[in-house]
Amino acid sequence: MNENRLETVFCGIKFKNPIIPASGTFGYGREYEEFYPLSSLGGISVKGTTGKRRNGNLPPRIAETPSGMLNSVGLQNPGIDSFIEKELPYLKTKNTVIIANIAGSTVSEYEEIAGKLDSTDVDMLEVNISCPNVKAGGAAFGVSCEGAGTITKIVRRATKKPVMMKLSPNVTDIASIAKACEAEGADAVSLINTLLGMRIDINIRRPILHNNVGGLSGPAVFPVAVRMVWQVANAVNIPVCGMGGVSSWEDAVEMMLAGASLIQVGAALFTDPMTPVKIIDGLEDYCRRQNTDLKDIVGTVKPW
Amino acid sequence: MKYCQGLYPIIRKENPAAEVYGLVILCPEIAAIAKCGQFVNIRIDGFTLRRPVSICEIDRQKGTLRIVFQIRGKGTDAMSLLNPGDLIDMVAPLGGRGFTLQEGANAIIIGGGIGNPPMLELAKFYGGNATVISGFRNAAAVILQEDFKSTGAKTFLCTNDGTAGEKGFVTDILGRELQTHTPDIICACGPMPMLKGVAAIAKEKGIRSEVSLEERMGCGVGGCLVCACRTVKDGEEIFAHVCKDGPVFDSKEVFPNE
Ligand SMILES: Cc1cc2nc3c(=O)[nH]c(=O)nc-3n(C[C@H](O)[C@H](O)[C@H](O)COP(=O)(O)OP(=O)(O)OC[C@H]3O[C@@H](n4cnc5c(N)ncnc54)[C@H](O)[C@@H]3O)c2cc1C
Ligand SMILES: Cc1cc2nc3c(=O)[nH]c(=O)nc-3n(C[C@H](O)[C@H](O)[C@H](O)COP(=O)(O)O)c2cc1C
Ligand code: FES
Repeated sequence: MNENRLETVFCGIKFKNPIIPASGTFGYGREYEEFYPLSSLGGISVKGTTGKRRNGNLPPRIAETPSGMLNSVGLQNPGIDSFIEKELPYLKTKNTVIIANIAGSTVSEYEEIAGKLDSTDVDMLEVNISCPNVKAGGAAFGVSCEGAGTITKIVRRATKKPVMMKLSPNVTDIASIAKACEAEGADAVSLINTLLGMRIDINIRRPILHNNVGGLSGPAVFPVAVRMVWQVANAVNIPVCGMGGVSSWEDAVEMMLAGASLIQVGAALFTDPMTPVKIIDGLEDYCRRQNTDLKDIVGTVKPW
Repeated sequence: MKYCQGLYPIIRKENPAAEVYGLVILCPEIAAIAKCGQFVNIRIDGFTLRRPVSICEIDRQKGTLRIVFQIRGKGTDAMSLLNPGDLIDMVAPLGGRGFTLQEGANAIIIGGGIGNPPMLELAKFYGGNATVISGFRNAAAVILQEDFKSTGAKTFLCTNDGTAGEKGFVTDILGRELQTHTPDIICACGPMPMLKGVAAIAKEKGIRSEVSLEERMGCGVGGCLVCACRTVKDGEEIFAHVCKDGPVFDSKEVFPNE
């Protein structure tokens, strides 16, 4: 019997537990290190990185919604070279798995970033083809099987690192997109990115977000995310990293039963920055009570 | 920088004006490290996002913080129902940059409306070397005047409609004061048009000035990048983040064209 009942192997990489702060909600980890050691986390999915520095969208970039929030950050980031030079060396000292989340507006931008990361010591790539906040890119690829397949193929060729494709929920059939990624050599898929939404300030009759629309996340999207994880896990033979509204250890267990081997936590950090460590504690208790290794529950929901 | 998160007891509540509430919170671990100009981020049951509120006063001896806020929506409305004895969930102290505290310097401190609370701790620091200018909509909205007086600062009060203090704007009084003396620094918090006006005057007179900004927030610590504010530093456009790079900024960076 393994004494660490939360340990899991995903794409050949050992995670001490399956809990990972979601891309874009945790920066490069520095800020949260003031709350708890980053080594307590299974891994970190860093802020989405593009080929060049991006300023992002004009504010306001956030709006609260019932049990959730919209964001329209627009991939503000310092660019891939700065990430590799200034952030990665620091992250690599933290004794946790580092997942580089990347995004591009063209096929060649994805290729270039993936190529640059291949010679670094990031542990794996998460390829965002689903950012709803950037006009010229990302999501345009994620909404069709051809687009998703094309990006997967290009990134696959550019790197030997494990490649995880991050899927958009703003599609008719997410399972078919996951299958297209698998067919082109993806090692894993992660889902869901945010759902496109909108809020309007009724007093000034203008959208709250300067970008007019933004991505919905938080507890409001949880049932949608569980359903999509379940559909995708049943459709592909590669592992699934689940996210979308997870805010407690019970949510994490539910999403794992639906088929997720790893869990990312985003918006819940804003409500409570301690969420990841609380989830990890809760999962340990759960495994003790159920006398099980956590990885053994993945995908074990028995549908009616 | 160190952040604390926890449940802290409320020990005092005040209601200094209609729809304005103050809370004194016992949180020695936060009070020990909090700095002038920083803020706390408050969780309210039933809301996904925390509500940022400036620190109005820090009492290190008693281990308390005082915050003063106005009801602006559902979240602050729920906060106004908290009472002494209740616990409040805070992440604090937040803000990578507070007001510059320059020993022995002369300061003009300006607060507009609900921008007044964060200026009290600053007025306490400068004491007799400070001139405080407070502006409000009308007499009913006036808060903190006794507190400002007890710091030893020279104080001025104005309202838009003249129902309390002088009739007019804080920038009118600032302009007048600058004819008789030149401070080392001007610090301000309030609505954007007011801050813009203050920045323009400070620039014209060549006086250093700092402004405290508000922006909608997610994490409050610098991890999510939603609280962006366009700044210009050394000619370069930078989307800074109010929670981590501020909330206090050099006014020249925020209003480069004034
Ligand atoms: C650094 C900082 C310090 C602040 N200090 C004070 C203070 O000392 N006293 C005080 O009365 N108010 C202060 N505010 C403003 C206060 O945060 C808002 O009034 C409050 O968040 C409104 O919440 P609500 O639920 O009542 O309003 P709603 O409009 O229902 O809120 C909806 C969402 O918008 C956000 N929001 C709305 N208005 C603002 C705003 N002006 N700034 C930031 N977020 C906003 C809310 O946090 C929430 O996420 C401060 C804001 C910031 C950023
Ligand atoms: C403020 C914010 C910024 C985000 N930035 C990114 C990003 O850069 N890249 C990405 O792949 N996903 C990004 N996301 C999406 C999250 O990683 C996650 O897929 C989504 O928020 C659902 O999870 P949650 O409900 O736990 O937040 C962002 C989400 C938020 C709230
Ligand atoms: S609120 Fe998250 S970066 Fe400022």
